[in-house]
Amino acid sequence: MQTINFLKPNRDNIKNYSIFGSVLILISLIDVISNAFLKTNLTSFLPGSLTTLFPLILGLIGLNMMRIDYSGNKTLDLLNKNINTNNFNALLTLLILFSIIKALPPSLSWMIFDANISGDSKDACTGTGACWTYIKVWFRRFMYGMYPNEFHWRINTAFILVIALGFVGYFMKENLKKYLALYYVIIYPVIAYLVIYYLISGGSFGLQWVETGAWGGLSLTFIVSFFCLIFCFPLGMIFALGRRSNLPVIKYISICYIEFWRGVPLITVLFMSSVMFPMFLPEDFFMDKLVRVIIAITLFEAAYCAEVIRGGLQSLPRGQYDAAKSLGMGYWKMHIFVILPQALKLVIPGIANTFLALVKDTPLIFVVGLAELAGMLALAKTNPKWLGFAMEGYIFASIIFWIICYAMSKYSYNLEAKYKTER
Amino acid sequence: MSDPIIKIQNMNKWFGDFQVLKNINLEVEANKKIVVCGPSGSGKSTLIRCINRLEEHQEGNIIVDGNELSEKTKDIEKIRAEVGMVFQQFNLFPHLSILDNCTLAPIWVKKMPKKEAQELALDQLKKVQIDDQANKFPGQLSGGQQQRCAIARALCMQPKIMLFDEPTSALDPEMIKEVLDAMVSLAKGGMTMIVVTHEMGFAKEVADEVIFMDEGMIIEKADTKEFFANPKSDRTKLFLSQIL
Repeated sequence: MQTINFLKPNRDNIKNYSIFGSVLILISLIDVISNAFLKTNLTSFLPGSLTTLFPLILGLIGLNMMRIDYSGNKTLDLLNKNINTNNFNALLTLLILFSIIKALPPSLSWMIFDANISGDSKDACTGTGACWTYIKVWFRRFMYGMYPNEFHWRINTAFILVIALGFVGYFMKENLKKYLALYYVIIYPVIAYLVIYYLISGGSFGLQWVETGAWGGLSLTFIVSFFCLIFCFPLGMIFALGRRSNLPVIKYISICYIEFWRGVPLITVLFMSSVMFPMFLPEDFFMDKLVRVIIAITLFEAAYCAEVIRGGLQSLPRGQYDAAKSLGMGYWKMHIFVILPQALKLVIPGIANTFLALVKDTPLIFVVGLAELAGMLALAKTNPKWLGFAMEGYIFASIIFWIICYAMSKYSYNLEAKYKTER
Repeated sequence: MSDPIIKIQNMNKWFGDFQVLKNINLEVEANKKIVVCGPSGSGKSTLIRCINRLEEHQEGNIIVDGNELSEKTKDIEKIRAEVGMVFQQFNLFPHLSILDNCTLAPIWVKKMPKKEAQELALDQLKKVQIDDQANKFPGQLSGGQQQRCAIARALCMQPKIMLFDEPTSALDPEMIKEVLDAMVSLAKGGMTMIVVTHEMGFAKEVADEVIFMDEGMIIEKADTKEFFANPKSDRTKLFLSQIL
C-alpha cells in the first residue's frame, strides 16, 4: 500500500506536494508548447512513442500529486473539484489543453501571419494563409447583396431609422406606457414596413425603384429576421391562448394550425410560398416574393412560439387564475394583467431559443433565390474569378452570425434579470 | 326577515363520477357570519368555490344577491366582483407590488381612477396593518403578511360577501393570530362572511352559525352556542371531540 500511497498528499504536506506537482505540470506544458510553436522536441532522447506520451504522463503524475479532498486553498480546491476529480478527468483535462495548444499555431498562422489582405484581386493572395482580400473585395456584396452601390445609403438610413424607432419605448412618458404593447405590436411594425418600403424599395420621392430580387447580404438577413420576429411573437401568443381556450372551435383551429406548421419542414414551406402559392392567386394579384417568404417564415415560427408560450401558461399555478377570476376579471383582463406577464417572463429563455433558431434559419431562403449573407457566399464562391475561397467566406459568415446570436442571447439574459421578482 | 343574500337549493355537484356535494341547501342572510367546518375532503372548499362559480354545479340553484349562477349567467364577472375571496395559498400576483395587487382590479374592473384606487388600497392595507409594506413584492413578505394583503386586495373591490377558504391553514401558528385578528375586525364591521376553517376559537368568537359537513353533505347547521354546547349528530360529536 505504501508504494501507491506515496503519491497521495495529506493536509500537512499538501504544500510541498502541490509545488512539486505544479512543477511537473509546468514541465509538461513547456514540452508541448515548444513542440507546437518552436517545432523542437525537447524529449528526443526518449525512445519512440514515449516521447509523445511524455508530457501526458508527467502532467498526470503532477495532477495526481495535487489531488486532495479539501486543502483550504481556494484555487487548488476549485481545480480539484472541477477538472481534477479523478485520473480519467485529469487525463481529459490534459488532452484538451494539449490539443488546443497544438492547434493554435497552425490556425493562427493561417488566419493572421500568413494571410493576405492587400490588393483587390485573387492574384494578391500569394501566401499559404487565408485570403482576406476576398472578403474585402466582396464586403459590400456580403452586406447589401446586388443592391446598387450608389444607393447603399438608403439601406443604412432605413436601418438607423428603424432602430431609433425601436428605442422609442425607453423614452415614452409614464402616462403613455400603457400603450407600449400596442406600439410594439401594431404601430411599430407598420412604420418599420413603410420606412423599409419607401427607402429601400424606393419608387417614390425621387428614389429609384430597386426590386427585392436585388436585395441581399446581411441587410436582407436583418430585414427577414426583423419582420419574422416581431410578427411571429404576437401570433404565437394568440395561438397559445387559443389552444387553451374552452371554446372547441378556437381550440381545434389552434391545434390544427400548430400541428400543421410544426409538421412541415421550413424548406418545403419556402418552396410552397414562392412556387405554389402564386398559382392559387388571381392573375392580376401580385405579392412580392420577399413578402411571401416573410409571411411563410412568420407563420412557421409562430407555431413554435405558441408551444413555448403555452408551456409558460401551463406552469402557472391554478391559484393565479382563481384569484384573478374572484376579483371579477374577465378572460382578457385576467390574461393581460395577471397571466401573460408572468407566463412570458417564464418563457424568455424558450423564446430566445426560438428566435435564435429563426435568425439562423434565414439562410434557407436561398433556395427560393433570395441571397442573404450565406446565400451571397454561395454565389461568391462559384464566381470564376474567385474560386477556392469558400473557407474564408464561411469563417466570416460564422463570425457575423455568432456576434448577432450572442448579442441576442445576452439581451435575453438581461431581460430575465430585469423582470425577475421574488416569488 | 330580509331576503337571504346567498341561497342554495338542492345543489349537487360531481367531479367526474364522484359526487362531491350532495343535496346542499343553505341560506345566508346579509351581515351574517357562517363558519363551515368538517374533515378534509368533505366538500367545504368546493361549496364556497361554487358560490363564486370558480366551480360549476350540475344540479340545483345557487342565487347570489338576486342573480342565479348557471351557464346562462352573462355577467359572471359582475357577480364575482361583489364576492371577495381569500385563498389558502394567498394567490397574490407575484409580479406586482402589494399596492398594485390591491389596485389592479379596482382600476380595471371597477374603472376607478388610479389615485382613488390607491387611496382606497392604502386605507385597506392600513386596516390590516401592512400599509408600510405597500411597495414591496409578495415574495418579500411573510405568509401572514401575504394573507393579510390578500384580504385587503379582496376588500378593495368593496364586496358584499367575503369567502374565506381555509385562510390560516398554510400559516405558522404565530402568523395565524394576525390573520384571524384581521378577520375578526372585519366581522365586527358587519361584513357577510363564509369562512371555511379549523379555527374553532375564531368560530366561537365571531360566527353566528356553524355548519358541519362530511362526505359532501351538510350534517349539522346550528347557532354557534348550540353547536358547541350540544351537537345533535354523533358525527359532529366525534369531530368536535377530536378537534377541541
